[in-house]
Amino acid sequence: MAAVAQESNHGHDHHEESFVSKYIFSQDHKMIGKQFLMTAIFMGLVAMMLSVFFRIQLGWPGESSDFLNVFLGDRWAPDGILNQDMYLGLVTIHGTIMVFFVLTGGLSGTFSNLLIPLQIGARDMASGLLNMISYWLFAISSIIMLVSLFVESGPAMSGWTVYPPLSALPQAVSGSGMGMTLWLTSMTIFIASSLIGSLNYIVTVINLRTKGMKMTRMPLTIWAFFVTAILGVLSFPVLLSAALLLLMDRTMGTSFYLSDIVVGGEMLDNVGGSPILYQHLFWFLGPPEVYIVLLPALGLSSEIISTNARKPIFGYRAMIGSILAIGFLSFIVWGHHMFVTGMNPFLGSVFVFTTLLIAIPSAVKVFNYITTLWKGTIVYTPGMLFAIGLVSTFITGGVTGIILADSALDISVHDTYFVVAHFHVVMGLSAIFGMFAGIYHWFPKMFGKLMSNRLGYIHFWITIICGYGVFLPMHFVGLGGAPRRYYDYSVYEGFNPTSAEMMMDLNVIISIFAIIGAFGQVVFFFNFFYSIFRGQKSPQNPWKSNTLEWTTPVKHVHGNWPGELPTVHRWPYDYSKPGMDEDFIPQTTPLMEGEEEH
Amino acid sequence: MGSKLIILLVIILGVLAIAQLVRVNELTAKQTGKREEEIPHRDNIFNSRMMLLFMILLYVGFIWLMIKYGFVDLGPAATAHGQDIDWLLNLNFVIIVAIFFLTNTLLFVFAWKYVKKPGAKAFYYPHNNKLEMIWTVIPAAVLAVIIILGLRTWNDITTTADDESVKIEVFSYQFGWTARYSGMDNELGRFDYKLTTPQNPYAIMTRANIDSALNRMMVGSPGQEGIEMIENKLNDPSIVLPRDERNALRQELGRKERMARHLQAMSATYNDSLDDLANNDIIVEDSLVLLKGQHYALSFRSKDVIHSAYFPHFRVQMNTVPGMTTHFKFQPLYSTDDMKEKLNNEDFEYILMCNKICGGSHYKMKMEVQVLEPEEYLNWQKAHKTYDGSDWLNFSESERAEKEAELLKKYQTIAARVEEK
Repeated sequence: MAAVAQESNHGHDHHEESFVSKYIFSQDHKMIGKQFLMTAIFMGLVAMMLSVFFRIQLGWPGESSDFLNVFLGDRWAPDGILNQDMYLGLVTIHGTIMVFFVLTGGLSGTFSNLLIPLQIGARDMASGLLNMISYWLFAISSIIMLVSLFVESGPAMSGWTVYPPLSALPQAVSGSGMGMTLWLTSMTIFIASSLIGSLNYIVTVINLRTKGMKMTRMPLTIWAFFVTAILGVLSFPVLLSAALLLLMDRTMGTSFYLSDIVVGGEMLDNVGGSPILYQHLFWFLGPPEVYIVLLPALGLSSEIISTNARKPIFGYRAMIGSILAIGFLSFIVWGHHMFVTGMNPFLGSVFVFTTLLIAIPSAVKVFNYITTLWKGTIVYTPGMLFAIGLVSTFITGGVTGIILADSALDISVHDTYFVVAHFHVVMGLSAIFGMFAGIYHWFPKMFGKLMSNRLGYIHFWITIICGYGVFLPMHFVGLGGAPRRYYDYSVYEGFNPTSAEMMMDLNVIISIFAIIGAFGQVVFFFNFFYSIFRGQKSPQNPWKSNTLEWTTPVKHVHGNWPGELPTVHRWPYDYSKPGMDEDFIPQTTPLMEGEEEH
Repeated sequence: MGSKLIILLVIILGVLAIAQLVRVNELTAKQTGKREEEIPHRDNIFNSRMMLLFMILLYVGFIWLMIKYGFVDLGPAATAHGQDIDWLLNLNFVIIVAIFFLTNTLLFVFAWKYVKKPGAKAFYYPHNNKLEMIWTVIPAAVLAVIIILGLRTWNDITTTADDESVKIEVFSYQFGWTARYSGMDNELGRFDYKLTTPQNPYAIMTRANIDSALNRMMVGSPGQEGIEMIENKLNDPSIVLPRDERNALRQELGRKERMARHLQAMSATYNDSLDDLANNDIIVEDSLVLLKGQHYALSFRSKDVIHSAYFPHFRVQMNTVPGMTTHFKFQPLYSTDDMKEKLNNEDFEYILMCNKICGGSHYKMKMEVQVLEPEEYLNWQKAHKTYDGSDWLNFSESERAEKEAELLKKYQTIAARVEEK
């Protein structure tokens, strides 16, 4: 597939657009990217507040907190003490929103939309209409998910993985009634949105690259988005089928996941289904989903680290290779979530092998980042801080994965806080850091303004200190044998006082860091919204970057480039090339006489 | 109300404080002509030093946690396979902690050292195949070791238990556990969830239970309408039912009829000699009691939703799945008293907890576990009755003393095997 220069059929740029078509039902990828970002920021705020609520309960169980009563009311926090069912509801919705709505929709939705056309030199996405539909489906699913928080019987309460039979039986937990129906509806719509979006990204990357933009000249961001989209297209339909079968079990009396159940004194006549089937379907999506979340973050940070270290990214081809290897392997590792389900032990062995293989491309990526910093001249923009933070959390969270991937060791730590700590560091913190890095770095491109660096610094240092402050101790809580999704760890007392004491001590520390960290985000929200209106005006290329998006005018035009599309002559990482005057050479600069490409 | 106001006030004040900060920043920037995209040298240096400081902070925090909490966690593994797991876990920890320190140090030290200095130019270094090969091959080699050791342990843990192992079934429900011992024949009685009645909560299969479940389905029992009652209600012309109530009844009837057919089939094919398997089982609802040194083959079953049997001190964990039996074998090495001594903690008890989200009271779903010395265990056994009400140790009066002495000796040999280890 050779690079195809897109005909300038969007050339008629400058007609007036109504408010609705410009800001609401926009088909312009830049606006849609911003819509995704705004929605994700709002959803992120909600998810973060939910986590503050349950951290209050975990840190100070049984103590009355007016704060909870103010937000959750007398129904869910009578006398300021969190209800134990609602605790599960909070945990469930926090997880769902963070994984799907913030880190999938928000991260990949925002930056794929914003950057794919801009960095490959296209006028817009392959289909503006589908792109718009994708956003609006995302918005609808977000609204439904939020609405489920206000249902009388409570939101879904079976954990973000919604394992049946718990999620299938309203008799088992109240959240499996209306709340669960809304959850499934929301997710079905979300998956549709994600699929439409991903198809669009793939088609755009393959077909709409500008002249000279060979696959091997694409920025790593685009590679990451491209592979992410492929993962999404291949894995989300499986989740869709899992959700639909669950919906059928709940409403039509089928028995895909149900068998031999007596619940609430009632004997169900479902026979022959298997709850484990659901887990296989769900986790077939799971690991690709982890990389749907992580790859864009890694892609963004590759770009940011290279730009701000003023050095080419080290091992560009190896980086592409690792992205592809990670993407491929992520499809054959899902069983590592199921070592203790009673799955055939031999199958378990296979999953141990494939899972641990992923550590190799991941290690390559980490060492390449570190080598990129080596002998660089690092400029500390807030984006750069977050990108470096990402590398650190990716390491710290990644290494504990080695333990969890080992089935024998997993027996001991499965479903404990060790797991919670692991995936929050490697997937939560890393992806959030990637997202913040992206926001700080491309804010000028999105809004034509610059964010305050000082506030960015404050934001970063609060976030990384609190991030580690929350999740580092959490590993030890897990190693002490604390199961996840427990409402109150004081049940430990009498059984194992040393563990109980340690758990309570650490839970207080964790909760304090979590609350400070959460309120620290106010600095970001403020900086973000304030800068949109009052920030300094951005120059065209504020970070002296090579990629194509910085050759577009600061004020957005429909079709991105006012004149012809740019032609690409080189890879995007010619920073500090010897023999050149400037320390950056935009991709549009032709190779000089006798110059090697790289 | 007062607290609501305070919360609101704090938020407003916080926002105002930041606004003022920004304003000050903005004004100074305007005065000095500072542009946000140009990062001043001072800011670069500040952040680079913070990187180093943060690294030290991170390490201090980690080491503090390690010292304070790293070695008290759960105490030594109390099972044979658990000690293998712990050994492997420690090995893995050494490896990953080394990687954690090495790579984070490289990252933060580089981040500190290579901050932009005036006039410096970065070193153009796009790739080096040899170097990249090194950090592909070395992790691969380390992982190969981890995989091989891991799978060896995994295979040992998951091979089927031998016939010597004592069979116990652990039954889970919202929100509790019940243990069923296989008794003197070391064979558990059959079960089928369709036999669940208030009198037979664990759905154990005997001729009597099948009959009573079938009877309950057909005729009904207090609080439970049988097929006949429902049919009568539906066919009685003198009773006028609203349509949705009638539909609900029809549905109920259909469900019961299906269940009844299953039960009839069960009744027809059931072999009465299987009763014995169930009758000498022992059901213990309050705790799981084990003999030190004995090999156990646990099977797990669930009544309603997925639970997970998690014995943290044994390093045992297995999901309990409705409609499916799962298994785990292990050998406890230390009695509860041994553990008390080892941990220097008089209040220590083993515990079985639920480790798969299963509803509101998930966190309270636990059972006490005891590992006893031979004499204690024998005494405990003596106090328990089987399913059909006879003694667990059902010896005739004349040979009781002799048989019990024999059993104690056997238990002592079993426990002694551990001491030798």
